[in-house]
Amino acid sequence: MDLLSISAVNWARGQFALTAGYHWIFVPLTIGLALIMAIMESIYVKTGDEKWKVTTRFWQKIFGINFAIGIATGIILEFQFGTNWSNYSWFVGDIFGAPLAIEGIIAFFLEATFVTVMFFGWNRVSRKAHLLSTWLVFTGATLSAFWILVANAWMQYPIGMEFNPDTVRNEMVDFWAVTLSPVAYNKFLHAVFSCWAVGASFVAGVSGWYLLKKRHVEFAIQSIKIASLVGLVGFVMLAVTGDGSAYQVAQKQPMKLAAMEGLYTGKEGTGLVAFGVLNPAKKEYNDDVNPYIAKVEIPKLLSLLGYRNINAFVPGVKDIIEGGYTLPDGTTALSFEERKVRGEKAIQALADYQMAMKDGREADAADHEAILRENYAHFGYGYLETGADLIPHVPITFYSFHLMVMIGMFFILLFVVLLYYLYKKKMNNTRWLQYVALWSIPLSFLASQLGWIVAEVGRQPWTIQDIMPVEVSASAVSAGNIITTFILFSLVFTGLLIAEATIMVKQIKKGPESLPPADHTGQ
Amino acid sequence: MSLLGGLLVFLLFVQGGQSMLGSLARQEDEKRLLINALGRKWEYTFTTLVTFGGAFFASFPLFYSTSFGGAYWAWMILLFCFVLQAVSYEFQAKPGNIFGPGVYRAFLFLNGVLGTFLLGVLVATFFTGSEFTVGKGNIAGLGSSGFVISQWQNPLHGLESLANLRNLCLGLAVLFLARTLASLYFVNRLRHEVLEKRSRKFVLYNGIPFLLFFLVFLIWTLLAEGYAVDPVTKVVSLEDKKYLYNFIEMPWVMAFFILGVVAVLYGIFQTTFNQRFKKGIWFAGAGTVVTVTMLLLVAGLNNTAYYPSSIDLQSSLTLENSSSSEFTLTAMSVVSLFVPFIIAYIIYAWGALEKKKLGMEELDSDGHAY
Repeated sequence: MDLLSISAVNWARGQFALTAGYHWIFVPLTIGLALIMAIMESIYVKTGDEKWKVTTRFWQKIFGINFAIGIATGIILEFQFGTNWSNYSWFVGDIFGAPLAIEGIIAFFLEATFVTVMFFGWNRVSRKAHLLSTWLVFTGATLSAFWILVANAWMQYPIGMEFNPDTVRNEMVDFWAVTLSPVAYNKFLHAVFSCWAVGASFVAGVSGWYLLKKRHVEFAIQSIKIASLVGLVGFVMLAVTGDGSAYQVAQKQPMKLAAMEGLYTGKEGTGLVAFGVLNPAKKEYNDDVNPYIAKVEIPKLLSLLGYRNINAFVPGVKDIIEGGYTLPDGTTALSFEERKVRGEKAIQALADYQMAMKDGREADAADHEAILRENYAHFGYGYLETGADLIPHVPITFYSFHLMVMIGMFFILLFVVLLYYLYKKKMNNTRWLQYVALWSIPLSFLASQLGWIVAEVGRQPWTIQDIMPVEVSASAVSAGNIITTFILFSLVFTGLLIAEATIMVKQIKKGPESLPPADHTGQ
Repeated sequence: MSLLGGLLVFLLFVQGGQSMLGSLARQEDEKRLLINALGRKWEYTFTTLVTFGGAFFASFPLFYSTSFGGAYWAWMILLFCFVLQAVSYEFQAKPGNIFGPGVYRAFLFLNGVLGTFLLGVLVATFFTGSEFTVGKGNIAGLGSSGFVISQWQNPLHGLESLANLRNLCLGLAVLFLARTLASLYFVNRLRHEVLEKRSRKFVLYNGIPFLLFFLVFLIWTLLAEGYAVDPVTKVVSLEDKKYLYNFIEMPWVMAFFILGVVAVLYGIFQTTFNQRFKKGIWFAGAGTVVTVTMLLLVAGLNNTAYYPSSIDLQSSLTLENSSSSEFTLTAMSVVSLFVPFIIAYIIYAWGALEKKKLGMEELDSDGHAY
């Protein structure tokens, strides 16, 4: 590991997290706004009411500002797989590259083509063609989310592939297993509904500001109605798909679940920590320090959610490292040490296979290949040193998860209240609710970021679960180079974020076009 | 991949136009018109670049791993200026953009110049070679310097390619080609007499340096040594005039290549000397797609290493040793069946928006302007 210092890996990791974090500020708003705009424009086309056109066009402007910066941060992410994670790119590119390419071919072109019709086509195509374009922008953005989440899900639950010792990479053998994996569709649905949720809370909050200022009241009420409906559906579905995701995590990434719950020692009928404070004095996974200072637990719920059985055994961090418990399929869990031995065997067998093939010793090669295949499920463990290497950062994962869930619950309540006040036609005069809607905007963005933190911090140390740890995935680029680009991107993304925010604030302050638009004047 | 590359180079006319905002346009309203004419097309170029990246990843993961992870700085700078471009159209004229329109237009200029030039330089390395080694056994501990399979051996991480004159020639050729195509696009697209007249002159001003640099690169490459692969032993060796022989041994590639070049020249000279001719962009554009596609085929077909390593010939990437498995390539071919459908809706959208030429009035009446 001369070239690949741990520092370089951590900077590469930080750079990816930075880019992904920035990208995910803009993407959910883009997808959420696209849906809300499409619904508004549908009402306009159906009713012919020009007010809905004005409403649609206002949110379209906000969408446009946000769309551009989402693209800017997205392109870097795609290429970072190569620039920062070149070993990974070869090792699994045969599987991982395909969804990325499909995303470009099927989703990005759809989005990019129809976004220009949506922006510039108001007077150049028919109303229905324009409406279709808006819906296609939403469809393109959603499809793009699907393919990138298929790629991400595959890293968390690698299936549909076989290792080829000649090419030294994993090769796809079942496209549908990769595409339709339960982890993929749960992730996709959870992420897409989070976009609806963020878009809705943004529209509701901005509309709340107009109501507070008593400006564009009718426009604001129109907007908040659509936002509240989309928001309620979004957040309720987040809870449903969140349950689906947690179930998948329990089955496929038990260490992540243990970190999410701060669970060190498992038991049958484990409760779900509804609220908890972790004990900073807990330093080792196997010390006797209580992991919590305080916690409120709902009995047996974690067993129920994770295994659909109130008495199921949920392994904790210590169990997963030490093994010996019974897995849902009836077999006994291996300890880290056992898996490490098998992983090392697999790596050695690969080296022996390569040498044997080079020397033309085919019979030997076949023997080494058999050993490799027998132990391949543990391949990545061969690169790790100790059991503690298996543990993700527990406090970050734990608090991110719990805060995200709390914010989600808060929003379900908020949108129910908003819909009630809208139904009673009291929204206009209820200032406290307008304030709450406005000040809730950052919370939805926060929850959305926290979701990704749980997913990505919680799966450490793996780039590909059990097969490839992060340390082995990186490129042979020194830390100095990566630090330079890290600083560069931090400055540029932050500068652009500030510019984007001020442009949006200016547009919001300017408000929608005046009614009725006499000559279709745009800007 | 070659076709995608060809399309990408054609669509770089957007970047070419960005590099001329300061010279072709003299008044503010002219600048605004140019920005809007380009701003309606930039997403196609951007999307093609992203798709090009994704498709390279899916089809040739070892190239993705070796080139992006190795020629780190060349790619990072290239990508960086595309990041700046992506926000610049939308942000440059908006109130509250903090840095002022000048900065965003400078970003567009930067992307226009560096985006085209660096891409040309990087493509030239397909013929001139780069300094890397590949050891697939490294991940199993067989290498001497860590687990990483592809390792760049020059600390400049791709910037060293700028020291090769032949690479520079293709870089400059792509830059001037993009500017020529942009001028042709403006002639076709704008309803603005002054700009149209000036654009016609710019077709020639940029077309001549393009031809010059391109011919130098082409002749040099045809006469230089190329990276040949033995079809049986897979051993890579240097072969004199390899690329010239590739053309001769693949006459259909040569025929299309010449056809492409002729179409580009026709577009340039017709537009320059026939004041009524406005369709130059279609000839030169189609010609560019065909020429670049053929050039990329020459780099990889006929037992040639398409991404050669100049310091360790046997590390060179060939279509065979760097491509995806047959299964993945088949899956990608099935996905490619969507392409005609995609082309159809792009033509529809392009047509729907281009029925009218773009003049100053449309900027205000179309509902969205940059």
